[in-house]
Amino acid sequence: MKSMFSPAEIRKDFPIFAKTMRGGNRLVYLDSGATSQKPRSVLDAERNFYELHNAAVHRGAHLLAEEASSEYEGARAVLAGFLNAEVDEVIFTKSATESLNAIAYSFGNAPANSKFSIKPGDRIVVSELEHHANLIPWQQLAKRTGAELVWFPIDGEGRIDLSKIDELITERTKVVALTHQSNVLGTIVPIEKIVEATHAVGALFVLDACQSAPHFKIDVKKLGVDFLAFSGHKALGPTGIGILWGRLDLLNHMEPFLTGGSMIESVTMTDATWAKAPKRFEAGVPNMAQAVGLAAAIKYLDALGMDNVAKHEKDLTGYALNQFANLDGVNVIGPKNNIDRGSVISFEITGIHPHDVGQVLDQYGIAVRTGHHCAWPLMRKLGLVGTTRASFYVYNDESDVDSLISAIDEAKKYFKV
Amino acid sequence: MELDSLYQEVILDHYKHPQHKKLNPSYTAQVHHVNPSCGDEITLNVSMKDGVVESVSWDGVGCSISQASTSIASDLMIGKTLETALATVDAFSQLMSSKGNETGDENVLEDGVALAGVSKFPARIKCALLGWMAFKDAALQSGAN
Repeated sequence: MKSMFSPAEIRKDFPIFAKTMRGGNRLVYLDSGATSQKPRSVLDAERNFYELHNAAVHRGAHLLAEEASSEYEGARAVLAGFLNAEVDEVIFTKSATESLNAIAYSFGNAPANSKFSIKPGDRIVVSELEHHANLIPWQQLAKRTGAELVWFPIDGEGRIDLSKIDELITERTKVVALTHQSNVLGTIVPIEKIVEATHAVGALFVLDACQSAPHFKIDVKKLGVDFLAFSGHKALGPTGIGILWGRLDLLNHMEPFLTGGSMIESVTMTDATWAKAPKRFEAGVPNMAQAVGLAAAIKYLDALGMDNVAKHEKDLTGYALNQFANLDGVNVIGPKNNIDRGSVISFEITGIHPHDVGQVLDQYGIAVRTGHHCAWPLMRKLGLVGTTRASFYVYNDESDVDSLISAIDEAKKYFKV
Repeated sequence: MELDSLYQEVILDHYKHPQHKKLNPSYTAQVHHVNPSCGDEITLNVSMKDGVVESVSWDGVGCSISQASTSIASDLMIGKTLETALATVDAFSQLMSSKGNETGDENVLEDGVALAGVSKFPARIKCALLGWMAFKDAALQSGAN
């Protein structure tokens, strides 16, 4: 199968790679950790929805409403298959950020006798690796409720330090929310042991899968987590669509985050009761075309095979790490070996600020991310103002890495370091 | 190369040898400004006496553009009246919003005209403005005190 995996062929499915970049260069897109590019099949799926089936889902007695509902629910089934989840466990949100906020607010809104209720003295556990989207909702939940926010520290290589797990996850712990893979360092968090410890004290485990679900096979049943969030746009899908997955028995006892149309069972002037999941968490007319577009993206990934995607990225990351090891004055921030790490490489060049590195790379058509990557506390912990980050996906190959390495040399020459 | 219009020699010189980058312990106003999108941070002290900028000093972290620009701005402001200093900030702001169509008045902006090329790179304008906006904030606070 691996021999059939051809990034050069894959790039032909993505119209944006026909674009000419600054300096007349081809696009070397190394910023998929921020957002991925979109294959034509995703763009076509969105367009087809609007051209052939557009109507508000789950409302109306006409043919288009029927077709729109069928397309939208069909998309849900595709996502459920992707995660090995039950169909009703898959909730469409506008983003992973919304998904994570929905869970945090559900805890905050829960009645006192509920499994979700958070009170002063309870504990919420995160880690120093978290993206702001999986830190601030929990930090603010702690502030609103008087709960205590505690976190797993990281070691010098950017790996989660599990040595204090028994001090962090205790009888007081109500929720543990962790990233599956660091968006900055690429570290893959070994969650098995943490999930076990979380459940042993009766707490719930929330997984931020934004950097994992697009890159390797996720099976929610095997992972044993209680909630999971990821964004469509990092997985070849459109913007404006995110996934919230939760165990059905939990979802149907959770307070909704957004209220309004569609999410109700019954309404009077003074009261309302909630529909069951997934509708319970999908107030208002949803982002239908984007859900359908995301399903097309998932079909594209399934056709490649997630195991092949993971293998390809691992090989490419290994190749890149070897190239980086030969560069003077360039430090990889995070795991320097290719074990338990994803296809994200953060680095610093001594004497050149990341923003300036990014500017020089841009001159060669190379798109990278620079700065604190929405993980400011992690940057402070590492003692850095920011990093330059290259992140790989299905359309990248060794020629992209070679372009990056030679442009880094040019940057060093330009800034005379 | 297009890059040379951004990184003039003057800018690289100020970046490697920033002026007034050591906080003066005496000041009439101190401000702390951040650029939340890239994490650049600057602390800037201004001393005003009889309506004149007596000293500007600063410390902070940031890219070559923000560091050089702050160095240029602080050197330029010392000795100016509050009114002239604020007019100079306005002239620089206008240059930054010129989308590469203006070269700037060297009599007013001195080394600041080296930053004219930044106006062609929308993502870098906020880097160039960081120190100038910090100065304006501190100068107005000093004037009001």
